[in-house]
Amino acid sequence: MRDIGIVSYGSYIPRYRIKVGVIASVWGKDGATISRGLGINEKSVPSIDQDTATISVEAARSALKRCAIDPQDIGAIYIGSESHPYAVKPTGTIVGEAIGATPDLMVADYEFACKAGTAGVQSCTALVKADMIKYGLAVGADTAQAAPGDALEFSASAGGAAFIIGKDDVIATINHTLSFTTDTPDFWRRAERKYPAHGGRFTGTPAYFKHITSCANNLMQKVDTKPEDYDYAVFHQPNGKFPVNVAKKLKYGQIKQGLIVPYIGNTYSGASLVGLSSVLDVAKPGERVFLISYGSGAGSDGFDITITDKITKFSRDNAPTVAQMVEVKEYIDYGTYAKLTDLLYWE
Amino acid sequence: MRDVAVIGVGLTKFGELWDKSFRRLIAEAGSKAILDANIGGKDIDAMYIGSMSPGRFIGQEHVGALVADAAGFSHLHIPATRVEGACASGGLAIREGYLSIASGMNDIVVVGGVEKMNDVGGNFATETLATAADQEWEAFFGVTFPGLYAMIAKRHMHEYGTTKEQLAQVAVKNHANGALNPYAQYRREITLDQAINSTMVACPLGLMDCSPVTDGAASVVLCAAEKAKKFTDNPVKIIASGQGSDTLALHSRRDICTLDATVHAAKMAYKQANLTSSDIDLAEVHDCFTIAEICAIEDLGFVEKGQGGKAVENKITVLDGSLPVNTSGGLKSKGHPVGATGVAQIIEVVQQLRGEAEKRQVKDARIGLAHNIGGSGATCTVHILEAM
Repeated sequence: MRDIGIVSYGSYIPRYRIKVGVIASVWGKDGATISRGLGINEKSVPSIDQDTATISVEAARSALKRCAIDPQDIGAIYIGSESHPYAVKPTGTIVGEAIGATPDLMVADYEFACKAGTAGVQSCTALVKADMIKYGLAVGADTAQAAPGDALEFSASAGGAAFIIGKDDVIATINHTLSFTTDTPDFWRRAERKYPAHGGRFTGTPAYFKHITSCANNLMQKVDTKPEDYDYAVFHQPNGKFPVNVAKKLKYGQIKQGLIVPYIGNTYSGASLVGLSSVLDVAKPGERVFLISYGSGAGSDGFDITITDKITKFSRDNAPTVAQMVEVKEYIDYGTYAKLTDLLYWE
Repeated sequence: MRDVAVIGVGLTKFGELWDKSFRRLIAEAGSKAILDANIGGKDIDAMYIGSMSPGRFIGQEHVGALVADAAGFSHLHIPATRVEGACASGGLAIREGYLSIASGMNDIVVVGGVEKMNDVGGNFATETLATAADQEWEAFFGVTFPGLYAMIAKRHMHEYGTTKEQLAQVAVKNHANGALNPYAQYRREITLDQAINSTMVACPLGLMDCSPVTDGAASVVLCAAEKAKKFTDNPVKIIASGQGSDTLALHSRRDICTLDATVHAAKMAYKQANLTSSDIDLAEVHDCFTIAEICAIEDLGFVEKGQGGKAVENKITVLDGSLPVNTSGGLKSKGHPVGATGVAQIIEVVQQLRGEAEKRQVKDARIGLAHNIGGSGATCTVHILEAM
């Protein structure tokens, strides 16, 4: 059987940035202390006409630019997000039309807090493995919501990444994937509420750390690997501290390339996948990647990935790298931020 | 009045104990104490439980009977009473247990203290703790405990020249002690720089001046002193129990830098024990905020009013100082599950007097004091213990 894995990938980060210190000053807090505490310097902000659909389209188009596949060969699109523009009406259909993949394809929008994107990668992998589709497109993207004044406001940002999964010209083989899932209500947004709520410190040890470490240990046991077998590790990154601490706990030292949150904030469903994109931007044949996402509620998806020889002929330069998009930025003040993110609304 | 001794102690780990419920915590502490005392359920004449606000923290009242039930004693129908006096609930439960034995009514009493605080968010926890302030005159105007103790600190600085560095030194010392305590929430040392520059909470109090939100439970078994040796070779006698109260609102006090409830409770305790403050070998005091420890060592008579900050600066209260204070790590480092704190303080003193405090052991400790405060000082208990 041929290897199944990533055929192409693309990501998108909006150009607007707001510094943590600017948000902090609005609320009478010390920006330097908060930046240090969260490990985040600034975050990306979507423009007024950007949402999960447009970010997904941008990321998907970048993925298509890097490979030669016909969009009509894409048999499934799964968009993972917690900020789908519509409560009822799919984002996936918009993306499908925009990239020319309709009408013969399966589409669904996924929601599993910050891990819905990796859940889409798993679904596409399974469908390709079952020969039900030739290619699948999985996207994790968000224009993350945070209530004004909430601790999340310092991190919640915008961005996403798209992955085309298939069997032909695979640049990164997905050797194995598994998940670890429990009902753990650490972060949620009730229907028709504008902003999410969270359980404060409960989001740490019993939620993020428990699920990531359990998933990571299960995966390493399943594929019989150790941390030193991997060249890159990517962990979900709600802030700059958690992934560093979980890597330390699991004894992974190789996280720098996939740690993007200090520069753009937490892109929720996009977070771990933007990290993976950053790794694919530089990875070489034979290198191995360990990826563990995390979605509140709660669960983690783990991936054991090996970069193939095909990456040498892959047209990486046809679309911007994560590092390039991190550098393309324009700073805004809190008033502009409030306008762009719909803080100034009334009913 | 009969003499009363502690014949068994039991403590849970303090911290964010997500996987342990209220009843499991107190059952764990209680069963450890009962095993330590070498008694059975049938030996217990009564139970007193200190818990400040289970109704708000976990939606459960009626916890006296609940604790007896959780301990597996429901079939014995032991009288079980919950005692509440804000953060002094544990100290009050100790005193009620003590009085019931001293009076001759009971021979063996189990006293517990428990609080499960992390099941609610930080804001709700702060609001719940603020129910110990005067709702009409303090809380309704928005002040919570960090604000009240910050006012005490500001005034203390103004009156006596106490400095932020001296406040920070209380936290540094207590973390150094807590690092040696396997039951402490924060088993790590902090630097003076970290303490001084911690995130501001209520000026001049930073995060490192404040005790944390904690889950935990503590339990002791009290026994008529004349029967104590039947159960244990190393009983510790409670030689005095003092209690005082004061205005609920801070602004109504004669002097906000002096906790008169402490002064009164200490006076009562020293008189009963026929001792003075200079006879005390070590003290566990209520450092809910660093300024509270400075006020406590003054109000308990260890140093003159206004000299608390200097005493800390001069290292008098460190583990090998002339008067070690908060060898357990105090509320700051060990943690502050409010209802459990007063009982946990007694346990630290008992372990010191038994010579079982391991790396925290104060050499030749013979007499120890435990000081527990409710609110900003409206309730205070002071207990003095002596090795038998």
